[in-house]
Amino acid sequence: MSVTAPVEREHGLELLRQMLRVRRFEEKCVELYSATKIRGFMHLYIGEEAVAVGAMQALTPEDAIVATYREHGHALVRGVSAGSIMAEMYGKVEGCARGRGGSMHLFDAATRFYGGNAIVGGGLPVAVGLALADKLQGRRRVTACFFGDGAVAEGEFHECMNLAALWSLPVLFLCENNRYAMGTAIERYESETDLALKAASYEMTAWSADGMDVLAVEEAARRAAAEVRDGDRPCFLELRTYRFRAHSMYDPDLYRAKEEIERFKEHDPIPALSATLRAAGLLDDADVEQLEESISREIEDAIAFAEAGTLEPVDELERFVYFEGAAP
Amino acid sequence: MSVAPAKTITYREAMREAIREAMLADERVFLMGEDVGAYGGCFGVSKGLLDEFGPERIRDTPLSESAFVGAGIGAAMGGMRPIVEVMTVNFCLLALDQIMNNAATITHMSGGQFAIPLVIRMATGAGRQVAAQHSHSLEGWLAHIPGLKLLAPATIADARGMLAPALADPNPVLIFEHGSLYNLESELPADAGAVDIERAAIRRPGSDVTLIAYGGTVPVALAAADELAAAGVEAEVLDLRVLRPLDDATIIASVARTHRAVVIDEGWRSGSLAAEVSARIMEQAFYELDAPVARVCSAEVPMPYPHHLEQAALPQPATVVGEVRSMVGAAGDE
Repeated sequence: MSVTAPVEREHGLELLRQMLRVRRFEEKCVELYSATKIRGFMHLYIGEEAVAVGAMQALTPEDAIVATYREHGHALVRGVSAGSIMAEMYGKVEGCARGRGGSMHLFDAATRFYGGNAIVGGGLPVAVGLALADKLQGRRRVTACFFGDGAVAEGEFHECMNLAALWSLPVLFLCENNRYAMGTAIERYESETDLALKAASYEMTAWSADGMDVLAVEEAARRAAAEVRDGDRPCFLELRTYRFRAHSMYDPDLYRAKEEIERFKEHDPIPALSATLRAAGLLDDADVEQLEESISREIEDAIAFAEAGTLEPVDELERFVYFEGAAP
Repeated sequence: MSVAPAKTITYREAMREAIREAMLADERVFLMGEDVGAYGGCFGVSKGLLDEFGPERIRDTPLSESAFVGAGIGAAMGGMRPIVEVMTVNFCLLALDQIMNNAATITHMSGGQFAIPLVIRMATGAGRQVAAQHSHSLEGWLAHIPGLKLLAPATIADARGMLAPALADPNPVLIFEHGSLYNLESELPADAGAVDIERAAIRRPGSDVTLIAYGGTVPVALAAADELAAAGVEAEVLDLRVLRPLDDATIIASVARTHRAVVIDEGWRSGSLAAEVSARIMEQAFYELDAPVARVCSAEVPMPYPHHLEQAALPQPATVVGEVRSMVGAAGDE
């Protein structure tokens, strides 16, 4: 399986590097979870990396991102440091949210990363509001809002599609359709499984793309982001993807056939891009070795950073319930 | 010293003046909610503002409480100063995910990175025979939530003066406007401005008992105090004003003077704000008390439609007077 679009070597390697970073980072997270270094709920993005990596190519540093509880990859690709993400999962003060949020609630003001929302559909209204602020202040920025297929069944999804379209707000809705709302297959919870069709009913440009093909995601996201930025209106993109791991570390994954998972693994976005690059003579074994080595170093450094981090003193427990200082 | 001439103004007009002043003072301020524009606000608060400020800043919304309350949160995080109007506290339940899971938590979950300078106004309370889906007082539920601030203006001065400091606050502030107060009328100095949003206020001093009320029960407490005065009992009326965080110091100081307290709350008794206030008095002023703290709350029924049953369900001055009389009697007829 390979992807099709032509690509420059440097850019192709960067896409591969980002997907590999996310994959290797999360593989390490699994080990650290088993070692009880990371606790709580943890949701892995393994298999879906092409979506975040492809979509982020269309965004500028001024744009905003609202993500879900399955957001390690989005934060990493956006530029939140691996060390501060790992420290967050360790519950350390050096974490990107001072350890207050954990795996599901990564936040970073510097990269305009607005979480880490663990209520399905709960991030959409916030994204609509961020876009409203941009519109009212005359800023040409995009708010990229990631959410899963499960969110489409929530009332907040429909309220937000309507409001964003009605008010022509610059929101890029990115639906990561991995076919399952936790353990319930989409055919079992949606009367209409063509999600772009639902969005289109709100008078919004909407279409679907192959979420296992990073180049296809990038192409679609660039087109959609341009429509949002220049057209000053929302756009909806459904990215058809699949998660290879269970919903969370608690999930025994009993609701889908092993054969189904294996079938989708044949479309793994990382080998797919590697094959394309190799076929075009843009990637060789030495490149891969170099990528793996630098990623491995980055992750080891991140773990060392988290290990060396500090726990917040208990007497600071009640800080940040209210904002400290004046609002910016 | 010259004093600006006082003018007679309603609670509704005071609220409108406050919004207008905030809009004129800061371009980042805008109002959104159901029927705030063309209709002029369900309770007439924003009448005329659409003509003055236009549809960009006076935004009529679809009936999508979760979306537009959440949009207020996002807009606040994006640098605006939104005022979101939710028609009634019963309707805010449709936006509770946004209020609880986002507005109240994001500052903390993000390790203090994000402020949410958002104001949410809503009508509350009974008394207009609008039955069990438009009449409840759910302030106590919302006051349960850390990360929110709750205000209950019960006077014209507070209706006029609480909005500006609420907008200046970097946290989500909920303002509860009791439906029975909108037509309240009194004199207000023309230059009346911001008031504090930290402290409770003594609305009537007295030495025998403290009647603790907020919002729509402040007039109930004042009426009870009038009746008690005629019988020779001097009741102090304390208006909580701020429902979260509660101003313990003012409450405890008053109870320490009067040694008796009745909490009057239009919420249901079980798990109410009245229960919280009562517990705090017990915790902090137990040995000052000459009698157990009493509570006058709404009857534990969904609000009925017929006038006589609605009135029977609500805290009434006569009930308050009865509680005080039995309390004073229990203390041994001073």
